Amino acid sequence: MSEDPTVPLPEMNDNSEEDVLLNRWAEQDYEFGFVSNIDQEIVPKGLNEEVIRWISARKEEPLWLLDWRLKAYRHWLNMTTPQWAHLEIPAIDFQNISYYAAPKAATKLNSLDELDPEIKSTYDKLGIPLEEQLILAGVAVDAVLDSVSVVTTYKEKLAEKGIIFCSFSEAVREHPELVKNHLGKVVPYTDNYYAALNSAVFSDGSFVYIPKGVRCPMELSTYFRINAAGTGQFERTLIVADDEAYVSYLEGCTAPKRDENQLHAAVVELVALNRSEIRYATVQNWYPGDANGIGGIYNFVTKRGLCQGISSKISWTQVETGSAITWKYPSVVLQGDCSTGEFYSVALAARAQQADTGTKMIHIGKDTTSRIVSKGISAGRGQNAYRGLVKVRESATNVRNYSQCDSLLMGDRCGAHTYPYFEINSPDAQVEHEATTSKIEEDLLYYCQQRGLSTEEAIALIVNGYAKEVLDKLPMEFAVEARKLLAISLEGSVG
Amino acid sequence: MLEITDLHASVDDKAILKGLNLQIRPGEVHAIMGPNGSGKSTLSHVLAGRPGYEVRGSIQFNKRNLLDLVPEERAWAGLFLAFQYPVEIPGVSNANFMRSALNQVRCQRGLPVLEASDFLKLIREKAALVQLDPSFLSRPVNMGFSGGEKKRNEIFQMAMLDPKLAILDETDSGLDIDALRIVAEGVTKLRREDNSFLVITHYQRLLDHLKPDIVHVLIDGKIMRTGDYTLALELEEKGYDWLKAETV
Repeated sequence: MSEDPTVPLPEMNDNSEEDVLLNRWAEQDYEFGFVSNIDQEIVPKGLNEEVIRWISARKEEPLWLLDWRLKAYRHWLNMTTPQWAHLEIPAIDFQNISYYAAPKAATKLNSLDELDPEIKSTYDKLGIPLEEQLILAGVAVDAVLDSVSVVTTYKEKLAEKGIIFCSFSEAVREHPELVKNHLGKVVPYTDNYYAALNSAVFSDGSFVYIPKGVRCPMELSTYFRINAAGTGQFERTLIVADDEAYVSYLEGCTAPKRDENQLHAAVVELVALNRSEIRYATVQNWYPGDANGIGGIYNFVTKRGLCQGISSKISWTQVETGSAITWKYPSVVLQGDCSTGEFYSVALAARAQQADTGTKMIHIGKDTTSRIVSKGISAGRGQNAYRGLVKVRESATNVRNYSQCDSLLMGDRCGAHTYPYFEINSPDAQVEHEATTSKIEEDLLYYCQQRGLSTEEAIALIVNGYAKEVLDKLPMEFAVEARKLLAISLEGSVG
Repeated sequence: MLEITDLHASVDDKAILKGLNLQIRPGEVHAIMGPNGSGKSTLSHVLAGRPGYEVRGSIQFNKRNLLDLVPEERAWAGLFLAFQYPVEIPGVSNANFMRSALNQVRCQRGLPVLEASDFLKLIREKAALVQLDPSFLSRPVNMGFSGGEKKRNEIFQMAMLDPKLAILDETDSGLDIDALRIVAEGVTKLRREDNSFLVITHYQRLLDHLKPDIVHVLIDGKIMRTGDYTLALELEEKGYDWLKAETV
C-alpha cells in the first residue's frame, strides 16, 4: 500500500468510485480554522539568549529557572533534529518563529467575567464550556491561548481539597519548591532536540498537584489554541500525584487555518508516587494542512510519565486527528515495583498528513506490567507509522507486556508502517506483540449501504468501531467529541 | 411491486444473467430455485446494487427505476437483502448498527426518528421474533456468531427495517432444523398484504414452511419454468436435470 516517495503520484484516473469518495473524505475541510482578533503581544521573531531572558523576565521568574532555560538553550545549540522517524520534515527555520505571543491583558483576571469577550468567544466557538455549569459536568478547565494560560476555572473548589491546578507560570510563583523538585526530572532538557527547545523557551502550560490520599473529584482539562500567526507554541505541563492520589486529565488542541506551518513543541511530565494513578487523555485536532500538504501544525511533542512509587499507574490515551506532522511517543518509566503503564492510541493520517507516533514502556521495577493498544488510520495520502519500544531492564523480574498494533487503510494512496522495538534483558519477562493491517472492504461498505447507511455514515461507523477499544478509555463527553472528530476528519466537503 | 424485464448481468465479460424476466406483486412470496452457478445470488446482488456488475435491462420497483439508485437509496425505497454470507463489523454493536440504519431509513421515508425508549422496545420485540437472545444486541455485528445466528440476525434486521420487498439469499443454508423453523416462522409473521418476499433456495425444506405463491426455476441465467408450490415438490423429486435437458 505504501507509495514509493520517489515516484510521482499518479492522478486519480482509473480509480474506482469508492476510491474517489475515500480520497475526497480525506481532503475534508477543517472546522476550527478561524482566527480571533485579539490584541496580541508578540516578541519579535528569532531565538537567542536575549529572547529567553526577555521571556523569563516577562514572566517574573526566579533566577534558577532562567539558569535552567539558558542551560537548555546552550545544550540545544549543539543538537541536531532527529532524523530517524518515518517522516518527511521540511527544514524549519528556528529564527523565523516568534517564541512568545500573549493576549494583551493589562491585569490579572479574578473571574471569568473579566475575560476578554473575544477570547471567550474563541473558546465558545471551540465548544469549550468555561461556564459555571461545567461544575455539573465535573470538568475543570485551564485554557492556553498561544503562549499564556488565560483562565483556570474551579481553582477554589479544588483548593478546598488541597489540589493545585493552575497555569505553569503561576505554579512557578506560588509553588516554586514543587516545580523545582520535579521540573525536568522525567524529561530532562538533554532528552531530545524539541524537549531542549521547549525547556529554553516554554512560555506557559498547566500544573497539577494532587496531595496524598486525594481523589480529584472532577476531570481536569486544558485546551490549547494557537491563534497568532508566525508563532510557535511551547507549553509545558507537569502533573504530580502524591501517594494514593488519583487524577484524570484531559487535553484538547486546535489552531486556525494558515498557509504557513506552525511549530508546536510541548513537554508533558507526569510523576506518580506510591499507589497513585494518573490518567492523561489527549484529543489533538491541530490544523492538519490542506489536501496538498500546505500549512498545518508540526506537532513535535515529548510526553513521559514516571511511575516512581510502588503500585502506581499511568495511563495515556490519545486521539490524534490533526497536525500536518505528528512526532510523539507518550511513554511510561515503570520504576516502582508493581507499577502499571498503559498507552491507548488512535492516530489518523488523512489528506497529506504524516504521523510517527507510539510509546516507550521502560520496565525497571519488579512485577511491572504494560499494555499498548495502537490503532492507526490512513487515508488520502496520509502516512501513518507506529513506533514502540518495550524495554525490560535486568532488574525487572516478572514483567508482563502486551502490545497490539492495528492499521486500517482507506484508499490506495496512503501508507501504514509498524516499527516495534524490544530490548528484553530479563529472562522471565512475558512480552506479547500482535499486529494487523486491514482495509475497509468493499463488501463491508456494501453491507452497511444495503441497510440504508450512506457511504459517509458507513465509514464513520466502521472507523469508530475499529477505534472503540481506545475511545472507550476516554471520559464520556470526550469520547463523544472524539467520535465526531474522527467522522469529520474523514468526511468530504466536496459534493 | 417489482418488474424485471430482459435483465442481463455480467462480471468481467462473463455473462451470468441472460435475459431474465420476473414480476412480483404486493403480498406475494416467490421462490427461486436452481442449480449452483445458475445466477441466483447474482440476481439478488444486482437487485441490491452491489458494485462490480455490468447490467442491462430494466428493473422497476414501485414505479422507480431501480438501476438508477445507489444501494442505500434502494434500501430507503424498501428493498432488503438477507445476505448469504453476512459480514462482521468489529466494534459496532448490533443495537448501534440498527439504530444508525433505522434512523436513516425512517428519516428518508419521512418518519420521525424513534425515541430511545421506543427503539429499545422495538429491538427487543423484533429480536424475540427470531428468538435472538438480547445479549446479541450488545455484541458487535455478526462477530463470533455461529452460521445460524448470523442468519437469524439477518431476519432480525429485516424485521427492524420493515422492507417492502425482502430478498432472502439462501438464508436456509447452514441452518439446523430448529433454526430453520424459527427463521421460517419469523418470516411468516412478517408477511402482509403490502409486502413481498423473494426467497432464493436450494432446498424444499424452507418452502415447506413458507408455502410460496409462485416458484421459479433459474437455469443458466434465465427463468426456465414458473409454477405454483407443486413445482418445488417436483424438483425435489426429479432434480434439475430434466429441465436442463429441455433447455438443450
